[in-house]
Amino acid sequence: MSKSNFTRRGVMKTGAVTSAGLMLPTYLRAENHTGFTNAPQGDTVKFGFNVPQTGPYAEEGLDELRAQELAVEHLNGIGDGGMLNTFSSKVLDGTGVLGKKVEFVTGDTQTKSDVARASAQSMIQKDGCIMITGGSSSGVAIAVQGLCQEAGVIFMAGLTHSNDTTGKDRKRNGFRHFFNAYMSAAALTPVLEKVYGTDRRAYHLTADYTWGWSQQESMAASTEAMGWETVQNVLTPVGAGDFSSYIAPVLNSGADILVLNHYGGDMVNSLTQAIQFGLKDKQVNGKNFEIVVPLYSELMAAGAGTNIQGVYGSMNWNWQLQDEGTAAFTKSFGEKYGFPPSGAAHSCYVQTLLYADAVTRAGSFNPCAVVEALEDFDFDGMGNGPTSYRGADHQCFKDVLVMKGAEAPTSVYDTLEIVEVTPRAQVEYDPEHPMFAGGTLGDCNPGA
Amino acid sequence: MLGLNSRDFKLFVIVCIMALAAPIILNPFPTGSALGQSFNAGYPALLQRFVIFGILAIGFNILFGLTGYLSFGHAAFLGIGSYSAVWMFKLLSYNVLPAILLSVIMAGIFSVVIGYISLRRSGIYFSILTLAFAQMSYQLAYSVLTPLTNGETGLQVYNGDPQVLMSAGDPTIPHLFGITMNGQSQLDIAGWSFTFQNGYYLAAIFLIASFYLSIRIFRSPMGLMLRAIKSNQTRMSYVGLNTKPYMLAAFVISGMYAGLAGGLLAAMDPLTGAERMFWTASGEIVVMSILGGVGTLIGPVLGAGLIKYLENIVSKINDNVLHGWFSFMPDWMDNLFVTIIHPFIGKGWHLTLGLLFMAVVIFLPGGLVQGGQKIMGKFSRNKTSDAKDGADTPAE
Repeated sequence: MSKSNFTRRGVMKTGAVTSAGLMLPTYLRAENHTGFTNAPQGDTVKFGFNVPQTGPYAEEGLDELRAQELAVEHLNGIGDGGMLNTFSSKVLDGTGVLGKKVEFVTGDTQTKSDVARASAQSMIQKDGCIMITGGSSSGVAIAVQGLCQEAGVIFMAGLTHSNDTTGKDRKRNGFRHFFNAYMSAAALTPVLEKVYGTDRRAYHLTADYTWGWSQQESMAASTEAMGWETVQNVLTPVGAGDFSSYIAPVLNSGADILVLNHYGGDMVNSLTQAIQFGLKDKQVNGKNFEIVVPLYSELMAAGAGTNIQGVYGSMNWNWQLQDEGTAAFTKSFGEKYGFPPSGAAHSCYVQTLLYADAVTRAGSFNPCAVVEALEDFDFDGMGNGPTSYRGADHQCFKDVLVMKGAEAPTSVYDTLEIVEVTPRAQVEYDPEHPMFAGGTLGDCNPGA
Repeated sequence: MLGLNSRDFKLFVIVCIMALAAPIILNPFPTGSALGQSFNAGYPALLQRFVIFGILAIGFNILFGLTGYLSFGHAAFLGIGSYSAVWMFKLLSYNVLPAILLSVIMAGIFSVVIGYISLRRSGIYFSILTLAFAQMSYQLAYSVLTPLTNGETGLQVYNGDPQVLMSAGDPTIPHLFGITMNGQSQLDIAGWSFTFQNGYYLAAIFLIASFYLSIRIFRSPMGLMLRAIKSNQTRMSYVGLNTKPYMLAAFVISGMYAGLAGGLLAAMDPLTGAERMFWTASGEIVVMSILGGVGTLIGPVLGAGLIKYLENIVSKINDNVLHGWFSFMPDWMDNLFVTIIHPFIGKGWHLTLGLLFMAVVIFLPGGLVQGGQKIMGKFSRNKTSDAKDGADTPAE
């Protein structure tokens, strides 16, 4: 049994504490008087660079980070300005963004959605970031894009190639500069037809997540349309390390093409093991066995070494392009870090500049104003030729590169050569194409 | 009071205060200052993780701390809880209550099955069995059951989902009868800025309830029975007691705690992925308990907090931040210090955690709680005997 004794002192104490507690909310101010999340205070503005620094895509992530730091330097007027000099929009002048100096925080996504979201949340809630960029995996990019939509900040996607990012998972606050799986397939197929003919049997090894699925779906659809047969599609776990048990059955499947829908460290491993199994020296159905890697990156090419010779793939951008935007970026990146930038680095660099430019043109950091400035924005001088951000799904449209592993590279940096620059018209599609349907952008969210 | 002895009650009050005032306590430095930007942990997303993983560790401790059975697959229940909660969001509505309920129930069902099989063995075999089940769950969620779990992309709510209980004006983010989880109010006092978030307080209330329940279990006859199992299970069988039901009960309770934690994680952020069930996640729970103090009431909560703090705070310190700290030194010294510290920050936070873990295991086998007791003992000489047999004594 409990016994309660009321004393005058006790009652007064409790009363005082309670009333203080009840009065507290009157001191709390409404979350934001500015009308949107993390409105920059003072003379600085903060960007969040959320990239994988560990895990299977760490190489790409670290290169993205380098490019993002370079972009911040150029925005703040340090260094030679890079692509700011070639960019068709001239509102950025190296004095920061809207007169505010750009600062940044970094985070490690570990290529895991959960971790990436935790890291992005801390950037938004603790560091007060107004924009998040990065992501070296479509699963992560989609997860973070959803978070940014809810929180009311802008997400400028970095390396994400899945159709879903601007397809069924598209969001009003998210933008993608990188190309996607559909575009890869559309650009690659005509070249494959020319080199390997229309009578081929393809075997797919596919990374088991959103990007792999959509890459495989796109490749199968477009190669089947030109006459190839898809023998089998085998899903492999991301970060598997050892692919030999997946590669051995390829030999007896009757296929004469192996399509590796892998990326990063996984692609390096699977390609290397495929070569070690002697696939490239085999004759099947009276034809030479060939390997195709739909999505290439310089870092993968460097990792795979000579194995990559003669293997076809596609890229968003390559430093060997001859336009002046590419030259300017490659020069300032090379001077700072001592080697040419990768495609992922380029995309993140461009995204950061595009965001800064959109804010300046809109005259406000308000996400809704930025969305408006970016939608259907046409620009040039960023290394991809004339480019536009389509308002209907926030996907960038530009030329796509078809690449081949160089037969006789002169250095470790030109292991890939450009076979063809596929014009933009050839890779365009309707926003409601079946591979992209099912999503809605929703309304822009400026946050609380 | 509340059916607790005075020592337990004191501990309970401390936990209540810590949980309710955490947004203030964990922001010791002014928001704008360099220290504040690096070390303040009082922002909602991290606070939520503190309490949610605290709940998980409390539950794990009921199994590991009391019975000594080391489950190496507890993350599976966390994941099951999260998936159940997100499915409730998809099917019913964004109200968190049914989601959390189902996550606890589902985790309970799974733990009955897994526990019934795993508890046929003890020691290392038990650990391996639970690990095997957890990895099976992970693989199933990751690829085999993709229609149910959305594979690597993670399960999330789409606009096209049924959400049958949703009416027109309802918020489209998790809420409790209209109170949105990410709704918050902010208090600014002279350079400090404190954020109080609804979701955090929901989780904190669950933490307090879980902690209370855990004290009651520790002090109950069943708690005593579980400790007896830990000290000598064979002896228990010889005196004619069937230990199985007690073990299974402890396993299921602890699994349901994990389910609750998983449900809360999904309630705070309506997306879940298979990596929540990966074996490293299970290992993390074990490390949390050991770091804090196995078998003590408060230890696991502290351990969970410390690991989440390192993961989120130390991993975000980069070289630029370091240069900022040491900018008062001459350049060569600045660079020297940055070079020395570099491996321990950013992506190297695991290394920091590892060293800390080693130090704790070697010098403080009783975890952080033992460290706290040692310090208390130093300061209050006459109370040393007191501190030894109190609430925080590890179960044998």
